[in-house]
Amino acid sequence: MKALRYLALSMAAVLFLIPFYLVLRNGLATEQEITARQWTFWPSEIHWENFGALFANPAVPMVRSMVNSLVVAVLQTVGQLLLCGLAGYGLARIPYRYANVVLYFVVATLMIPAAVTFVPTFVVVSTLGWVSDLRGLVIPGLFSGFTAFLFRQYFLNFPRELEEAARIDGLGHWGTYWRVVVPNSKGFFAALGVIAFVTSWNQFLWPLVIAQDQDSWTVQVALSTFLTAQSIEVTQLFLAAAISITPLVVVFVALQRLLVRGATETGIKG
Amino acid sequence: MRNGRAFWLFVGPFAIGLLVFVYVPIGWSLLLSFFDARNTVTPSEFVGLRNYADMLTDQPFLSSLGTFSVFAAFIVPLTFVLALALALLVNQISFMQGFFRSVFFLPTACSYVVASLVWKLSIFNGVRFGLANTVLGWFGGEPVAWTVSTSPPWYWLVLVTLRLWLQLGFYLILFIAGLQRIPQHLYEAAWIDGARPGWQTLRYITLPQLRTTSVAVVLLLLIAAYQAFDEFYNVLGTDRGYPPFARPPLIYLYYTALGSGGQDFGHGSAGAVILTLLIAGVTLLQGRVITR
Repeated sequence: MKALRYLALSMAAVLFLIPFYLVLRNGLATEQEITARQWTFWPSEIHWENFGALFANPAVPMVRSMVNSLVVAVLQTVGQLLLCGLAGYGLARIPYRYANVVLYFVVATLMIPAAVTFVPTFVVVSTLGWVSDLRGLVIPGLFSGFTAFLFRQYFLNFPRELEEAARIDGLGHWGTYWRVVVPNSKGFFAALGVIAFVTSWNQFLWPLVIAQDQDSWTVQVALSTFLTAQSIEVTQLFLAAAISITPLVVVFVALQRLLVRGATETGIKG
Repeated sequence: MRNGRAFWLFVGPFAIGLLVFVYVPIGWSLLLSFFDARNTVTPSEFVGLRNYADMLTDQPFLSSLGTFSVFAAFIVPLTFVLALALALLVNQISFMQGFFRSVFFLPTACSYVVASLVWKLSIFNGVRFGLANTVLGWFGGEPVAWTVSTSPPWYWLVLVTLRLWLQLGFYLILFIAGLQRIPQHLYEAAWIDGARPGWQTLRYITLPQLRTTSVAVVLLLLIAAYQAFDEFYNVLGTDRGYPPFARPPLIYLYYTALGSGGQDFGHGSAGAVILTLLIAGVTLLQGRVITR
């Protein structure tokens, strides 16, 4: 029984890992080897020189698009934690006459997935002149009602004694938040931050809509353009894909615990 | 009054952003949906409810809802059952538990674009050297044109397996978290009462205890399927455009509002409003589950 379990899990694990292997294999093989009539699982030889060819190819803005993706992902992660964290704390802890009205407006946005409203958002962002602009890529994604709401729920359960001690020491709301609440909530910030980074790096629809000039492409838009047009060599396309997932695989392996917490936190509130 | 200042210091920046990037777009879109607005984002001619009437009688728009239903009918139960089965298996073992959990979770790191690349050009490549066709060949099958064949519609196999691979790990994590919240003494009590480990405890303890998680998973899966765009666009789209079949709602909306055939923001906005109203009910239900 136990052996059967391990057998089933191992088979599933192999199936789950094959696509990753294929990205690497196709990225480091030759065009002839990929398109040969006979499918070979192991390439006869690893062609490291494909890296040089990919980065030397002027048609593929690999470095530029990776930098764009990184800038967007970092800014969106930091911005979301900053804005939504502050808002969540204010909504949870600062008594104010209209706090409930504001909360109502935040919660109402939870009904509407951002992807469904990409046309309206595009209309507004293009009016601001932010098409093919870093501002257009980053800023609309910062104001997540969902993240603000998660922060609020978290801060509602934050131990009040810690805040009261800070109050006695003469700190106002602002000082309490930065000197006591944030340092004692690192795990929660980190968990939501990792999720925000991964989501931002992998997002496709919004960058596709807004990044219309090649210079503003994120790595996902660049890959998609070459995939749908099939305009570059297949090996280079796969190698570019392998490079594009490397940062996230590193994040996943290094920060697995945080990710699991973040996934549970954002998926279902325990 | 001092509280008011402190409150807006914390909430103000976020509230302004929410207003500008969520409420203004929705309001503007509502406005545009009653106007003729081709290649412009300023309302030109008032047309009343005509955009809505056009959309609700537009065959491609209605069939995009049909496409979503077919997709959801496959992907929701498949992901649910397989994620639960793997979660049960992973939860029952002790040796290498972390390893298996990591392996199943790892595809979540992959973008839909990269997964589409692998599925379209490597696994389900329509020519003889594709992986799926090679495997078919071992059993004497003829190569299948996976992504372009409409009868039978093999592209569903491509799209469903792709999403299954990519999203399963996330739901597996949710199920494992749910399983670990079940008090151990329930099982012990059942064993004392003579229940055999296996189907009986699964049926009478595990599944009922997972109810909240299960409801949340189904709703999350539905909402995610409703927003399907990335893999459809990348697997089926080419530089000559998108085929006339298998257009889920967001693909349809994308080509109506931003496609090369001219930007039609009047109809695009009406479509967005209809789709938003349709999904709002489900997300409302999800909010109930999450916040309770």
